Amino acid sequence: MPDDLFKALADPTRRTILDELTEQSGQTLFEICARLSMKHRLGISRQAVSQHLAVLEAAGLVETRREGRYKFHDLNTAPLRQITERWPTHDTPEPEERTP
Amino acid sequence: MKIHLTSVFVDDQARAERFYTEVLGFVKKYDVPMGEKDRWLTVVSPEEPEGTELLLEPAGHPAVGVYRDALVEEGIPLAQFAVDDVRAEYERLRALGVRFTQEPLEMGPVTTAVFDDTCGNLIQIATKPR
Repeated sequence: MPDDLFKALADPTRRTILDELTEQSGQTLFEICARLSMKHRLGISRQAVSQHLAVLEAAGLVETRREGRYKFHDLNTAPLRQITERWPTHDTPEPEERTP
Repeated sequence: MKIHLTSVFVDDQARAERFYTEVLGFVKKYDVPMGEKDRWLTVVSPEEPEGTELLLEPAGHPAVGVYRDALVEEGIPLAQFAVDDVRAEYERLRALGVRFTQEPLEMGPVTTAVFDDTCGNLIQIATKPR
């Protein structure tokens, strides 16, 4: 599972897909393709986007949902917790808090 | 050469006539009986009565279902109509119960949205790039 996660995150196009799903969850393949080509000027085929989505889905970062005749893609950030659980981050206190 | 007619396949011509005229606001141009129950049914924009006609064609051919289902599943629209303000049109149509698969999305000079025409197709509306 972690290998799938790191593999999924290693690709800039897949990170851009996650960015766009963060902005708006529940997108069709058509909308994801439109965002990549129109907003990000990525010349990428629909088939290639499908493959990227399959990798993201294998990592659990994207979930697909059928609603009637349509298929929507949702973001799921839960798998990212594995990263902070493995390498916990410690919040550095604000400077004014350190000097009483 | 000019594009004077294009078509969408519709499940039910009577329903399509209502949706394309009463909901979308196009006007009927030709309505000619063809065969037993089919009609040569076209609509135009009231802004361009002599402009491109849209043929609301019966979806009876067996290949149509497979073709349309595959496109609809991926959210791919079959036709695009121009509107002055996508967001205003989105609000207007949504108030009439129209289902959108893509909410208004600004992408540089163009804003688009995608809705279900209730006759088997997805349709994109877009602002014209200025």
